[in-house]
Amino acid sequence: MGIMHELSVTESILEIALRHAQESQAKRVINLYLVIGQLSSIVDDSVQFYWDLISKDTLAEGAKLHFQRIPARLACLECGHEYSPGGDLTCPACHSARVKVITGKEFRLDAMDVE
Amino acid sequence: MPQRVAVVENILNANDRLAAENRLRLDTAGVFAINLMASPGAGKTSLIEQTLPRLTGKLRVAVVDGDIATSLDADRAAAAGAQAAIQINTGGDCHLDAVMLQQALNQLDLSKFDLLIVENVGNLVCPASFALGTHLSVLVASIPEGDDKPHKYPGMYSGVDVLILNKIDLLPYINFRMDFFKQGVEILNPDVVTFPLSCRTGEGVEDWTDWLVGRVATFKRG
Ligand SMILES: Nc1nc2c(ncn2[C@@H]2O[C@H](COP(=O)(O)OP(=O)(O)O)[C@@H](O)[C@H]2O)c(=O)[nH]1
Ligand SMILES: [Mg+2]
Ligand SMILES: [Zn+2]
Repeated sequence: MGIMHELSVTESILEIALRHAQESQAKRVINLYLVIGQLSSIVDDSVQFYWDLISKDTLAEGAKLHFQRIPARLACLECGHEYSPGGDLTCPACHSARVKVITGKEFRLDAMDVE
Repeated sequence: MPQRVAVVENILNANDRLAAENRLRLDTAGVFAINLMASPGAGKTSLIEQTLPRLTGKLRVAVVDGDIATSLDADRAAAAGAQAAIQINTGGDCHLDAVMLQQALNQLDLSKFDLLIVENVGNLVCPASFALGTHLSVLVASIPEGDDKPHKYPGMYSGVDVLILNKIDLLPYINFRMDFFKQGVEILNPDVVTFPLSCRTGEGVEDWTDWLVGRVATFKRG
């Protein structure tokens, strides 16, 4: 993870936000609601810092970012057990490796408050 | 009064759109492209050096190098027989993105190549999220990194088409639980094609290059 990673992620968020703000003829973006899964790109609090820099002089200047973190949930295809992975990803009930990811891969902008 | 607007859009949409443009360009020119990802030192450049001589006379190859670890990597690719080798200056970035590949494509006459090999930045997290528009994602893992890597980097291991397990010459000296490693891979990516090989001894490299030549041929037939 490097500085540029957060910056490029932040630029992408701004691009999407401004496009949708324009479409709904908003004058100002107030809040952004982001959904980030535990298994997707790690994004930390520096995103808000970059956001404040790059959103200056746009409709989204000063908007607040809200992160909803989605924990990883896996389901075992052998015994049906559902669990949050610990150190490794195998099923803690039957030790099977045939499992599937239910949640944790999310990486999206869900909604915004505008006026 | 503030008003809630539904968006529901993938954050990396802009990159994905540009990646789709890159893909179209490559398809139109008939160039098959692969994205080589790995942690630093796993052997991406070594794999390119081992792969290129085995493709001589079969495929015309260009290499785009974004590995910041050594500035010599593009030179090493050229020395190994790449018809063109371009170094991307990532400016300290932790991954390549679709814009950087687009700029590299601008420097190449795509009609002159059958295969483009992109060496991504050495990193097991970030490159997995940024599509480039390549046709095949290849992860180079190596024995010294340890058998728990799939469990620690699920994002990377679940998103690739091919897994190269490099440095198998070191298996006698390192406690590497192959079953534990394979279990992690099986969970995340049951369909991945795996090639255990050694860029030091050359063992297993031919299996990989034969498979790759076959894949490019299938692609060329459309
Ligand atoms: N023992 C052994 N060493 C290897 C093998 N492949 C690469 N190396 C060494 O690993 C180091 C890193 O290789 P390099 O190709 O530069 O890795 P990159 O950072 O992923 O491009 C070099 O010192 C290589 O000589 C292998 O199959 N076996
Ligand atoms: Mg390298
Ligand atoms: Zn189970």
